[in-house]
Amino acid sequence: MSVRITIDGKVVEAQEGEALIDVAADNGVYIPSLCYVRGKPCLGTCRVCSVRVNDSVMASCTVPVTDGMEVKVNEPEVTDMRKALVELLFVEGNHNCPSCEKSGRCELQAVGYEVDMMVSRFPYRFPVRKRDHVSKHIFLERDRCIFCQRCVEFIRDKESGQKIFSIDDRGTKASIEIDVELADKMPPEQVREASDLCPVGCIIEKGRGYDEPIGQRKFEIQSVRERALMGDEK
Amino acid sequence: MSRKLVIDPVTKVEGHGKVTVHLDDNNRVVDAKLHVVEFRGFEKFVQGHPFWEAPMLLQRICGICFVSHHLCGAKALDDMVGVGLGSGIEILPTAEKVRRLGHYAQQLQSHSTAYFYCVVPEMLFGMDAPPEQRNILGLVEADPELVKRVVALRKWGQEVIKTVFGKRMHGINSVPGGVNKNISTTERDRLLNGEDGLLSIDKVIKYAQDGLNIFHEFHEKNRKEVDSFAEVPALNMSLVDDDGNVDYYHGKMRIIDKDKTIVAEMDYHDYLDHFSEATEEWSYMKFPFLKDLGREAGSVRVGPLARVNVTKAYSASTPLAKAALERFHDYTKGKANDMTLHTNWARAIEILHSAELIKELLKDPDLQKDQLVMSPPEGAWTGEGVGVVEAPRGTLLHHYRACEEGNITFANLVVATTQNNTVMNRTVRSVAEDYLGGKAEITEGMMNAIEVGIRAYDPCLSCATHAMGQMPLVVSVFDSEGVLVDERVR
Repeated sequence: MSVRITIDGKVVEAQEGEALIDVAADNGVYIPSLCYVRGKPCLGTCRVCSVRVNDSVMASCTVPVTDGMEVKVNEPEVTDMRKALVELLFVEGNHNCPSCEKSGRCELQAVGYEVDMMVSRFPYRFPVRKRDHVSKHIFLERDRCIFCQRCVEFIRDKESGQKIFSIDDRGTKASIEIDVELADKMPPEQVREASDLCPVGCIIEKGRGYDEPIGQRKFEIQSVRERALMGDEK
Repeated sequence: MSRKLVIDPVTKVEGHGKVTVHLDDNNRVVDAKLHVVEFRGFEKFVQGHPFWEAPMLLQRICGICFVSHHLCGAKALDDMVGVGLGSGIEILPTAEKVRRLGHYAQQLQSHSTAYFYCVVPEMLFGMDAPPEQRNILGLVEADPELVKRVVALRKWGQEVIKTVFGKRMHGINSVPGGVNKNISTTERDRLLNGEDGLLSIDKVIKYAQDGLNIFHEFHEKNRKEVDSFAEVPALNMSLVDDDGNVDYYHGKMRIIDKDKTIVAEMDYHDYLDHFSEATEEWSYMKFPFLKDLGREAGSVRVGPLARVNVTKAYSASTPLAKAALERFHDYTKGKANDMTLHTNWARAIEILHSAELIKELLKDPDLQKDQLVMSPPEGAWTGEGVGVVEAPRGTLLHHYRACEEGNITFANLVVATTQNNTVMNRTVRSVAEDYLGGKAEITEGMMNAIEVGIRAYDPCLSCATHAMGQMPLVVSVFDSEGVLVDERVR
């Protein structure tokens, strides 16, 4: 059923139940996100797509549109809130963009640019996280994990459908884990898919690094904003 | 009353060091040392990272000679995956030539910075000229046209680096076994022909030749002062090809003495079999030396002066540099040149040599080919790699080991400035004796003479100890009981 909603004062039409973040993108309004992948089930973990919906702040990937909904995306308070969420992701892990092979292809880095993040207002935690290099094809660089859970939900063993990645423990002790036995069975194209799906440089395909020249990397060719507005499924 | 003079930090060098000069009751120099007082630890914190990150991470040790570190690391990774020259399998010609192009450009821009920005003002105004004059800003006032040329020359070098590595600083091009891009004809033609705001290669060569002539003219007028300034003995080391000519990217390590007799020659993979390192409690920088000859006799000089001493000739394809080198060799009648300020002469020759090498390389059609990476054969993984290049400041070595799963377990960097540590200390001592010995009052010009001696080596103390620093200068004079009696600050 067709419904009408208002985004930043502009009335737009959409199908009832569509994800608000998609409706906004289809109408030229970019909402940054880091866990959401268009066309896949909503995860709602990163909250970076937060907007004001009828006076409540909500993650727009989790909101199905309904008739008469009033949405504010670019008001100062909620814009700063999104920026703060991105800053928190940077300080929570250990992100060293200059030498990271995902630089130029990293969604966290790209979104950082989009929200105009120059420096974090929060102190860095510098957590101690162990890298996992045991798998044959994947190097797990835990310093960079933002716990989006894309890999957990969307990368599964081809035969059994079992999860290959999981989150162990909670809060500051949370850790991304890999089932090495299942991971070693992953065909090369699935390893590449997992690496590309990871919004940061946490899941690294062994032996692939730095194969795209500077200037020709994903978000250097087209910004994350332009990709989202074109309906990119990431 | 004995005195201790402290220059802290030394200025117009990369990194943070200080000099102490100890004078006895008659103001004679008892001791003089260059201390490197900073520490970083890149070798430690690269451990645990995936092996292919090492050249990207470790190049950030330096903002000047990052290309050298990047390429040195890349050569070590070639070895590690089993396609390096150490394995007897050469990477593809396009990959090697693209790397060389970036390497020569790095030498051109780095030498231009050291020579024109730091050395030329002191040559033109004198080392005892007021500090506010003997710098690049003083040169702007005195000769703005020269400075415009210098800026344009350095910019051109940086543009070549950007073309190869994607960025002017800390770019990425080399991957294990090759490179990730070639040079398009559009990029090549832009560098050869220039454009609005960018020199052509022929202009670059002309400006480089003019830069060398500045030294020639200065030397003609100040021959005695230049030649007698800190003539210190040392062996000379450089990478050379099979003909005994310098190869900035690859070759065997050759070490010669004053008579240019070869005292040692080695595959650089065997470096550790031939060299040992001494340490001193007063400096974070080590003192490498040839084991067979011991610490005093076995210390080597590296960098421009060492290279032009070691190389027999330059190729006929770089005719201007070839002629310049012959003039240099003729000056010491076939003997190795130990005159510290002639390092600046050698540096100016190498700017010209780099420019001519780049011109030759840009015309090579291999740069446009698209076979870029040599894949290692099955089971070729060695888990260990050594890379050596001739960085602008001299012979640079990276040595890595990684575990089967691919993370770095060991890294060792032996940089040019470290190799030069002993000879730099000899230079400090020599200048201190000549300029400070027997003098009751220490002037700004005397202090600067010591720095001029150090700057001839263009030391990168940040690379050598892996640190960053600031550049104010404090000279403190203490009496024999450690009481401050005089101090100058700038």
